Amino acid sequence: MLILSRKKDESIMIGENIEVSVVDIKGDQIKLGIKAPRDIKVYRREVFTAIQKENLAAAKAGTQLPELDLLKNSGTQSVEKPGRGSGAASGNSHHNSNL
Amino acid sequence: MKVNTKPYGLIDVDQRQKIHFPSGILGFENLKNYVLLDALQQPFYWLQSMDVQEIAFVLIEPYIFRPDYSPDVSSSELEEIQLSPDSTDEMLVFTIVTIPEEQREMTANLQGPIIINRTLHIGRQCISENENWKTRHKIMEELSQVRNSAC
Repeated sequence: MLILSRKKDESIMIGENIEVSVVDIKGDQIKLGIKAPRDIKVYRREVFTAIQKENLAAAKAGTQLPELDLLKNSGTQSVEKPGRGSGAASGNSHHNSNL
Repeated sequence: MKVNTKPYGLIDVDQRQKIHFPSGILGFENLKNYVLLDALQQPFYWLQSMDVQEIAFVLIEPYIFRPDYSPDVSSSELEEIQLSPDSTDEMLVFTIVTIPEEQREMTANLQGPIIINRTLHIGRQCISENENWKTRHKIMEELSQVRNSAC
């Protein structure tokens, strides 16, 4: 890993169009400013890791799904929604047509 | 087309249910092709990898238990699947559900929504910029809050 020392208001360039600058330093916290083209996505590392970890946990689950009992509350708004996602993407073809 | 699915074995799936994920899903970057299936149990869906039968995610629409949900993802992420924040008609928003052994403790990942361009059938796991959305929202708890507030 390349390690560089920078002071407040100094910056580094990554390639020709990504600039990372030290905006402020307070105790053990550093504020970084990042200038980059729109297609470069910048994330906090821990968010990235948390989502990755959650996906791995989600993929491990079995195939038995719980009951949500949505119909018991037919007066609530929540019952109106389930149809929304099944539109164009899944079309009219249900997987269970040949089960 | 025939697809080997984790929940239902080998089944016939309509071509239109195929969704391409150009960047894969975080942690599963090599798997780019999925099919979106209605689960037998509503209101869940399965996002089944076409390449690896054992990899399938349970999805739910977040609005069912969080009517106030908004993915709040950057427009540059949406551009990856040729959407803009305004193209809500073409956008399907799902969240991945994690189901532990105690099923009522199931959680939804609102921080990493699965967003699909329903016209082009391409999808992406985006990262929400809204810090209120976490990776583990307890669905049953939030659902009961929705019901209480609706009564």
